[in-house]
Amino acid sequence: MKQLLTGNEAAAEAAIQAGCRYYYGYPITPQNELINYMSWRMPEVDGAFIQAESEIAAINMVYGSAAAGGRAMTSSSSPGISLKQEGISYLAGSELPCVIVNIQRGGPGLGDISASQADYFQAVKGGGHGDYHVIVLAPGSAQEMADLVYDAFNLADKYRNPVMILGDAQIGQLVEPVEFHKKHTEYLPPKNWALTGAEGREKRVIKSFYPVKGQLEEFNAHLQRKYKLIEEHEVRYEAINMHDADIVLVAYGTSARICKEVVKKCLQYKFKVGLIRPITLWPFPKEIIRSVAERVHSILTVEMSAGQMVEDVRLAVEGRCPVHFYGRTGGGVPTSQEVIKKITEIEPDNRAAHSLRQLVEVK
Amino acid sequence: MRTIYEKPETLIDTPTHFCPGCGHGIVLRLIAEIIDAWGIRGKTIGLAPVGCAVLAYNYLDIDMCEAAHGRPPAVATGIKRVHPDHVVFAYQGDGDLAAIGTAEIIHAANRGENITFIFVNNAVYGMTNGQMAPTTLINQKTATTPSGRDPVNYGYPIRVCELLSVLDGTSYLERVCLSSPENIRKTKKALEKGFKTQIEKRGFSLIEILSPCPIYWRMDANEAMKHIDEVMSKTFPLGVVKDWEQMN
Amino acid sequence: MTEKIILAGFGGQGMMLLGKLLAQAAMTEGKYVTYFPSYGTEVRGGTAVYHLIISNEEIFSPLIEETDTLIVMNQPSYQKYKGMLKHQGLLLLNSSMIKVNDLHEAHICKIPATEIASKLGNVLVSNIVMLGAYLTVKKLFSADMILDQLREMLKGKKTNLFAINKQALESGIQIVKSLS
Ligand SMILES: Cc1ncc(C[n+]2csc(CCOP(=O)(O)OP(=O)(O)O)c2C)c(N)n1
Ligand code: SF4
Ligand SMILES: [Mg+2]
Repeated sequence: MKQLLTGNEAAAEAAIQAGCRYYYGYPITPQNELINYMSWRMPEVDGAFIQAESEIAAINMVYGSAAAGGRAMTSSSSPGISLKQEGISYLAGSELPCVIVNIQRGGPGLGDISASQADYFQAVKGGGHGDYHVIVLAPGSAQEMADLVYDAFNLADKYRNPVMILGDAQIGQLVEPVEFHKKHTEYLPPKNWALTGAEGREKRVIKSFYPVKGQLEEFNAHLQRKYKLIEEHEVRYEAINMHDADIVLVAYGTSARICKEVVKKCLQYKFKVGLIRPITLWPFPKEIIRSVAERVHSILTVEMSAGQMVEDVRLAVEGRCPVHFYGRTGGGVPTSQEVIKKITEIEPDNRAAHSLRQLVEVK
Repeated sequence: MRTIYEKPETLIDTPTHFCPGCGHGIVLRLIAEIIDAWGIRGKTIGLAPVGCAVLAYNYLDIDMCEAAHGRPPAVATGIKRVHPDHVVFAYQGDGDLAAIGTAEIIHAANRGENITFIFVNNAVYGMTNGQMAPTTLINQKTATTPSGRDPVNYGYPIRVCELLSVLDGTSYLERVCLSSPENIRKTKKALEKGFKTQIEKRGFSLIEILSPCPIYWRMDANEAMKHIDEVMSKTFPLGVVKDWEQMN
Repeated sequence: MTEKIILAGFGGQGMMLLGKLLAQAAMTEGKYVTYFPSYGTEVRGGTAVYHLIISNEEIFSPLIEETDTLIVMNQPSYQKYKGMLKHQGLLLLNSSMIKVNDLHEAHICKIPATEIASKLGNVLVSNIVMLGAYLTVKKLFSADMILDQLREMLKGKKTNLFAINKQALESGIQIVKSLS
């Protein structure tokens, strides 16, 4: 049965359906619908809900519940996610599975409460200290929020790794029909590392401290092997109109929805535009971008940032074609008109550019 | 032959990294003795701090968890939510608990978390080579108060038990010390009371232990013990600060 | 079919509920729908604005750049959003609180919603008056269906509010019929 829910509520309910019974959070706009929902929903399923004293405490409560074998989640928005970075580094270093939702808002500093994608670097390049990765999933709708949160718990358990859901104020607050229909069948390894009390067995220790010379390097090598495995198996993206595109847009989340509109409008004017929408931001869909770069005129990355994901696009393209960027910052959301204008600037001589320009100028 | 002294089973037979005359080893041993005597090894989960006791998980043969500096109260809360009937304890130093982790301990106390906190107050940051701690005494010389702690610049020693005692969420708070066999026995009693408080689901307990750090007190082991009795316990008076059994 | 609606008023004029009822109806009929409360720095005490898109096809951007319908409840929101109405779009306004000061190339529908609601005995139902008017002009959903939803929504403690909401909806329907 479909329900009308905000993206934030969809994330919360999906977590419950995925068996998450430990939620710790601290209020911050624009993710408040999530913590509010959890406050009444967790008790219904005999789960734990704590409004923590800070984001630091919340992520460390997640650390504790994850160490004890529970499915745990926290959520916040940009300034709060910055505070959680210490804990996320420890979670990655102790290989603890959990789900962290970041409903991004404009920054830096206190910024504002409207949609932004400026925490991309922080999410995919680490954010905290040390050589680590969290798996980063970027939903584009309330339904996809539900689906990805559900998958996030399984990915986290499968790889013993934190998973971050990278949404934004728009994805978190828009209201759309959502259906919870996911069934998970993949085999997940038993948590034979979790702290449950050493009754009748050897003790277990959850830690990230390797003071004996050489051990930490060994552990890091293990982490890197795990990350390689994730990169090989877990890349997800959506590709639209790839077969004959002259220009390919790369965008995720809210930006991607705008770009879908752009693709539709461009096609009406016979301007061949395609779209790659990364669903996993880490691991990043490098291969598809690289192969597309071989045959298109150029790539245009659209973000609600000053240009972050575009760096990964360039790394994937490795000079095979020009990579352009259009972005808005500080809570600004690109319009389809703006993106179309940018396309006509990139390809002024394209057969369809003239009529497309009219579309933009009439407005 | 009669055995009068034995290594507790829960204490792993391995050299520790503590300095000679350090109090941490004594406290860990007392914990191990209680776990053995009460037969609770299989349902106890401990938290190691960041500080000189960081390797506590190498010495205690129980399930243990590391926590970032100052965060044991939050991590312990998360564990306790998963295993409400287990015995969960957090071991913390004064820098860990009363400086960087002040918010976490106050709010764990305020929620009345049914967890036992073992707070080792040695009035310095041992692990990072003897800087000032929030519990450093007035005029005490440390690496960052070379001419002694002057309250004008550095504030006053924080009395954690008294501070927490005003919170309705706390059930048992006692300050003890390690300065003599008699005081060590009292410390063990206090730890037992802390665990009992938790097992009977009476709520938040914290045992503050005045513990010698001869290295950074710039004393020998004997002088350090005397220093606890003659100087330190003047600022940090020993005794029960709050006890659920004596309330109502 | 794609219908884009911007709803704006001051907080308390029930725009959120109005949009939600329409969104719910769209969902029930198996249509695609997105409903976006566009917060700005003006959230507190100021204008509340919602973007609602209903379509038979997948909806891309939830933000409306050019709207088919603009439903506005007070002067500031009329001033702020009138520019977003597309050529020959529907401008549905609460004439109790809005003075039209522009030449609109639009289908304008002036509804004294606040007045009507006050006469019914509760200004809070002015949004439902507008809803009745909207349903009559655009005919996207039947009034009966909306009434069913309202009944569902007002179950329990609020059951006694159903009657006045029904009256409000009917007044909205009537006034459009009498205008045309
Ligand atoms: C975020 C962070 N800041 C600083 C440190 C460095 N550090 C490690 S232990 C410690 C102080 C420990 O003092 P205390 O808690 O009193 O324990 P003791 O060593 O005295 O037993 C500090 C500052 C750290 N590990 N993490
Ligand atoms: S530095 Fe002090 S607290 Fe640390 S091990 Fe040595 S004596 Fe103990
Ligand atoms: Mg110390």
